[in-house]
Amino acid sequence: MYHKEKSIQIKNSASALYNNLGVLRIAPRRLTYFTVVHANVVNMISASWDGLNYSHRQLQSKEPNVATSTSLIMQAAFCALPSRDLLVVTSQKGIQMYESDGSIMVYWHALDTPETPTEQAVFARGISAVWENYICVGVSSGAILVFDVPSKGSNITLSEVLEEHKESITDMASECSGSQECIANLVTADDEGNLCVWKSGEEFQLLNKIPGFDMSCSSVKLWKGTVVAGYGTGQIRLYEAVTGILHAEVNAHARWIYSLDIAPFSGLLLSAAEDSLVRVWHLTMTPETNSVEVAHLHNECVTDTQICGAKFCDGDGYAFAVTGYDLTDPLGPVGWEMEPLLTSCGYSIGLGSGTL
Amino acid sequence: MSSRTLPLLFINLGGEMLYILDQRLRAQNIPADKAKKVMNDIITTMFNKKFLEELFKPQELYSKKALRTVFDRLAHASIMRLNQASMDKLYDLMTMAFKYQVLLCPRPKDILLVSFNHMDAIKDFVKDTPSILSQVDETYRQLIEMYTPLSSGEFQLIRQTLLIFFQDMHIRVSIFLKDKVQNSNGRFVLPTSGSVPHGTQVPGLIRIFSCTGEELTRQQFNNGGNYNAALREGSFEIFGDRVTKLGTNMYSVSRPVETHMSGTSKNSAQHTKVSAAPNPLAKEELNLLARLMGGLEVEKPGNTDSVSLHVIPDELSYGVINIQATKDQQANAELAKIMGEFTESGDQSPGASSKGDDLLAMMDGL
Repeated sequence: MYHKEKSIQIKNSASALYNNLGVLRIAPRRLTYFTVVHANVVNMISASWDGLNYSHRQLQSKEPNVATSTSLIMQAAFCALPSRDLLVVTSQKGIQMYESDGSIMVYWHALDTPETPTEQAVFARGISAVWENYICVGVSSGAILVFDVPSKGSNITLSEVLEEHKESITDMASECSGSQECIANLVTADDEGNLCVWKSGEEFQLLNKIPGFDMSCSSVKLWKGTVVAGYGTGQIRLYEAVTGILHAEVNAHARWIYSLDIAPFSGLLLSAAEDSLVRVWHLTMTPETNSVEVAHLHNECVTDTQICGAKFCDGDGYAFAVTGYDLTDPLGPVGWEMEPLLTSCGYSIGLGSGTL
Repeated sequence: MSSRTLPLLFINLGGEMLYILDQRLRAQNIPADKAKKVMNDIITTMFNKKFLEELFKPQELYSKKALRTVFDRLAHASIMRLNQASMDKLYDLMTMAFKYQVLLCPRPKDILLVSFNHMDAIKDFVKDTPSILSQVDETYRQLIEMYTPLSSGEFQLIRQTLLIFFQDMHIRVSIFLKDKVQNSNGRFVLPTSGSVPHGTQVPGLIRIFSCTGEELTRQQFNNGGNYNAALREGSFEIFGDRVTKLGTNMYSVSRPVETHMSGTSKNSAQHTKVSAAPNPLAKEELNLLARLMGGLEVEKPGNTDSVSLHVIPDELSYGVINIQATKDQQANAELAKIMGEFTESGDQSPGASSKGDDLLAMMDGL
C-alpha cells in the first residue's frame, strides 16, 4: 500500500518528544516544509516536490537573557490560518512565532519561570491554529493561552487564558478553520488523559469535558466532530466531541503512542508509537446512524526506532513522513522516510531522493 | 524539562559503575579486603547525606561534562586511582548501559524499578556494614517519597529528559553486541515481540460501541509483531520482586568488559562529538555536586596501598579495564589533602586551602 522512498537527511536527530514532526505544504510553490525538534534547536527543511532542491535552516530556542541556561524546545508546529501560515515553537521559557519559512520571528511570549526550579516543570506544549485568527498554546500548568493573530504583521496579542485542565497540556487539535461552521472546533488534551472540547470566539466556550483514566493522552485530533485520541497505554479512542460518547476503542500499539495524524479529505488515520510501528487506518463516519467505523489498512515497521513524529504530507494521505528518536544510518543522520501511495490510477506524490 | 531527573540519573549510573568495578575487582583477584574497601568507600560517598540532599533538590539536568566531573570525583573517593583513559572507558560503559535500560523500559514508570534493581544490588554490596546500609535505606525512602506519587505522564517527561541527555550516543559495547541487544552501528535492538507493558493490551482489537455504550462489533487486525500479555507489575516498595531484569548486574557472569574503540570516532565526522572529559581550566564545571563530592573526607587508609584502575592497550586495540594494586604514596597524600566537610571518622583535615584549587590539583594528577 505504501512503499518506502529515500530519506531526507537532517542535521541532527529527532528528540523523543510527542508529535515531533511539523509539515506544511505550499502548493503554489510546489514545496513542503518539515520541522523536527532536537533539544534546543528546530531543524527546518524545505523540500521541492520534484525532489531536486532542499534547503535547511535551524532555529534556536530564545533565551530571555544570556545568563540563563539553554532552554529545551518541547514542540514546533505549523499553524495554517486562512490569512497566513505561522511556525510556532514552544520551549521551557516561552513561545516563539515565526513566519512559516522560519525567516523572521514575529512574536515572543515569555512564560512565568521561577528563579529556582520547582518540582513542577515549566514549559509550553500543545499548539493549534483555531478558526480564522486564533493560535492556542498549552502550558505545563494546564492553562491554555489563546493568541489573537492579525492577518499580517506582528501585532499578535494574548486574548484569553483558559484554565480548565489541571495537568500539563500534551496536545491539541482543531478543525473547521475559516470555511465551515462547526459546533466544536478545538480539543485539548492533558497528562491525565482528560479532554476538553471548545468552541472558539472572543471568549472560548467549553462545550464538553471527557475524563481520562489517569493515563496521559499524548496526541489528539479532531475530525468531523469526532475526537481521535492516542494514549500512553497504546490505545486509540474515538469520542463524539460534543457529547463524549465513546464510539470506538482500538488496542493499537504495544507502547506509548507519540503521534496521530488525519488526512481530512480521505479519513485516513496515521498512528505512530515507541513500539517502532506506524499504522494506517481508515475512519468512516455515518451521520445518519451516528456511527463510526475503524478499519486497519497498513503497518510499517521502522526497525529499532522509537517513533516520535508521523504526519501525512497532503490532505488525502498519499504520502506520509516519519521521525524517530536518535535515528542514524551508516551514511549520517537520517531524517525520515517518504512513502507515496500508489493509487489505482498510478498517481503518486512523493519526495524523491536527495542528499545534502 | 523535568526537574526530578538528576537523582535517577546519578543513582543508576552509579549503580552501573559499581557493577563494573565489582566485576573487575573480582576478575583481577584483588584481595577481598581491598576490594571491599573500594566498594564501601564509593558507596559511602554516593549516599552521603548532604550530597543526597543537594541531589534531590528540583533542578535541571547537568550537562554531560558536568556530570562526568561528578563521577570522576566519585571514582576517586576511595583508594582507587584511575587514569583518564580508564575513566573514559568506565563512563562510556555506564552511560550506554543506562541508556539501554531507559530505552528498553516498557513503561516510563519502570525506570523506577530499574533504579530499585540498582539499589537492591548496592544494598547487597554493603549488607555487612550497618552504617552504610542505613544510608542506603534512607535513600530508598527518599526515592519512594519523591517518585511513587508521580503520574505516568510525569515519568514520561523524566524519560524524555534522560533521552535528550543520551541523544546521539552510539558507543558499541561488546557485552551488548555479544548478546545481540545492540547492532554493529551502535543502535539498540527494539524487539516487536515479547510482553506488553503493564497496563497495555496486546495490539490487535478494534471495538465499536453504540451510543448507549454497548459493544456492537469487534474485529482483529494483524499487529505486525509477536506480543504476549503483560507480566505482573514489579514492586515499588523497599523490598520486593522488581520483575524486570533491566538494571540488574549483567556482569555477574564473569565476562570481559570491553568497549570498541574503533569505528565510533569515524562516524562522528557528521556529528559534533561532545567530549565528556573534564576541562581542568574550567572552574565553572565544578558545580555544587562536584564540589560536595570532591570535598568528602576520605578515611586515611591503614597502609599505603592504593588500587589503580587503568587501560592497557593491546594489539587488538580493545580497551580492557585492569585493576592493579600499587603502592602509591603520592596519590594518597593528594587525596588526604582535600579539605573534608563531611568527616566520616571525625578527623578534621588540617589546612584551609581553596577547595577549588585542591580539586584542580587533584585533576592535574590524573
